[in-house]
Amino acid sequence: MRNTGQERVLSDRLAAWFTEQGATLVEADILLPAETLLDLYGEDIRARAYMTLDPVQGEMMLRPDFTVPVVQQHMAGGADPATYAYSGPVFRKQTHRGDRPSEYHQAGIEIFRRDEPEESDARVFALIDSVLRENGLSLRPVTGDIGILMAAVRGLATSDRRKQALLRHIWRPQRFRALLDRFSGRAPLPAARKHLLDRLAKGSPADLIAQAGTFTGLRSEEEIMVRAQALTEDAQTPPLNAPEAALLYDLLSLQAPSRAALHHLRGIAPMLPAITPAVDRFAARLDALAAQGIATETLPFEASHGRTSLEYYDGFVFSFHADDPALPPVASGGRYDALTAVLGQGRSIPAVGGVIRAGLMARLMGNQS
Amino acid sequence: MIKIGVPSKGRLMEKTFDWFGARGVTLRLSGAEREYAGRVDGIDGVELVLLSAGEIPRELAAGRIHLGVTGSDLVREKLADWPSQVAELAPLGFGHADLIIAVPVAWIDVDTLDDLDAAAAAFRKTHGFRLRIATKYHRLVRDFLTIHGVADYQLIDSQGATEGTVKNLTAEAIADITSSGETLRANHLKVLSDAAIHASQAVLFLSHAADWTADSQMALAALAAKLHIMVPKT
Repeated sequence: MRNTGQERVLSDRLAAWFTEQGATLVEADILLPAETLLDLYGEDIRARAYMTLDPVQGEMMLRPDFTVPVVQQHMAGGADPATYAYSGPVFRKQTHRGDRPSEYHQAGIEIFRRDEPEESDARVFALIDSVLRENGLSLRPVTGDIGILMAAVRGLATSDRRKQALLRHIWRPQRFRALLDRFSGRAPLPAARKHLLDRLAKGSPADLIAQAGTFTGLRSEEEIMVRAQALTEDAQTPPLNAPEAALLYDLLSLQAPSRAALHHLRGIAPMLPAITPAVDRFAARLDALAAQGIATETLPFEASHGRTSLEYYDGFVFSFHADDPALPPVASGGRYDALTAVLGQGRSIPAVGGVIRAGLMARLMGNQS
Repeated sequence: MIKIGVPSKGRLMEKTFDWFGARGVTLRLSGAEREYAGRVDGIDGVELVLLSAGEIPRELAAGRIHLGVTGSDLVREKLADWPSQVAELAPLGFGHADLIIAVPVAWIDVDTLDDLDAAAAAFRKTHGFRLRIATKYHRLVRDFLTIHGVADYQLIDSQGATEGTVKNLTAEAIADITSSGETLRANHLKVLSDAAIHASQAVLFLSHAADWTADSQMALAALAAKLHIMVPKT
């Protein structure tokens, strides 16, 4: 049986500790309009969040995390810069049987600040690291940087369409990999696509549509023709050049202690110059982390860390793990600059944050004492 | 005594009765016509419970029946981590249907999931909302599309006449079971070539949650011997 009282007390204590470090305590509604969250996350969030129908307000969702409501509050008129702390329950459907709770407490911190983003990255990481240590927990950290991967994709010598397709799937590793295999010529053109291209080569898209049978549905003939045209163009796009593709595969699988990873990235940057600014930011972040007392020589770095579909991180990412691999991360977070633009209706501000699962932390502290 | 849940009407019921009958276990309706009561001859300690096929997965999960006959699609759709809740004792070889994804025939640019994903991205940009897929198989379809990395879609609930949703402009594509594909063709839809989500058929399931007393285990062993099927440890 979970001790929810103990969980809440610890969560509030963590948020109070963040406020002692200069954060402002904020609240967020538990019942949120679903539309924004559905728009951001799509069908994935429907499988994970509790939805309900309000007779007046329409589809509502039980808060699946604090980040979105806190960003919305900030964009609606927060101080600039600002640091926020919060504590409270979040709700996630568990699609598998087991003992993961579907209601649990999160304590978190979010920094909105335009200058010196690497300082803010390091500060969030170091604050969480230090509060975990102060409570007697020695957890395994993992860090990553989705910004480096994105910069590498943007720098590829290929069509914008292919770059956009890769960027759109950067959080879906399997799909990303399949696209990369195809764009680099490592995977053959699927038979169905080849068949389609053969047909497109023989007749105009308009004729093919007319021959296909009765037209139904909202997706218009013009939309179909535009994509058919795009397919024909894409078929003429040459594969990624081999060295560039090899570097990208290398980058996807890079796992090393942070300073060694930096050395490796510096080594490949001359061949993939587009990543240089992102690698510079990585270097600045390591210096900022070292200044906060983090041992960057040993801090684990994985270039593909944080690429899961429910997340919105586009820069630094991190998590802290217990020994038991079946447990979710005790704490996690990252930078989400693009999210503030999506929610800010034209305005944006660089932002980074992290959360601690208070219930899991309390359980681990109990195991140790 | 063990309880076996069987679909209460139609071809599924008849075919189930035939399957058991061919193995020396006679299932039949008893009592007045239209009364949902049944009896079992040819073996002792087995009680027949007639249920809607759609309710049988839930009854198995709750352990209110020991055995049940229903579609493998329904068990996968309705039960979380279904192998932890029920065991497949025997595929019965009827009730075949495939859960597929279908799009309008006019979509000459869409044959695969890869195409569907790209079309969904463009559709969202043009129309301002996610491409709608009508289905009643939410769990199976969502899991399948997540595994295959399809994005920018939304599932619309459709409990019947799903093939008509595209023509009625309430969905752009559908995910549904089909056996012959005739209804799809009649509604100007075609099947994606790589989106065979599940090949369903009627299956005899065992409930892990049912009360497996020494008595009921003996009844199960006797039934299994008659049916020539293996049973897992209960």
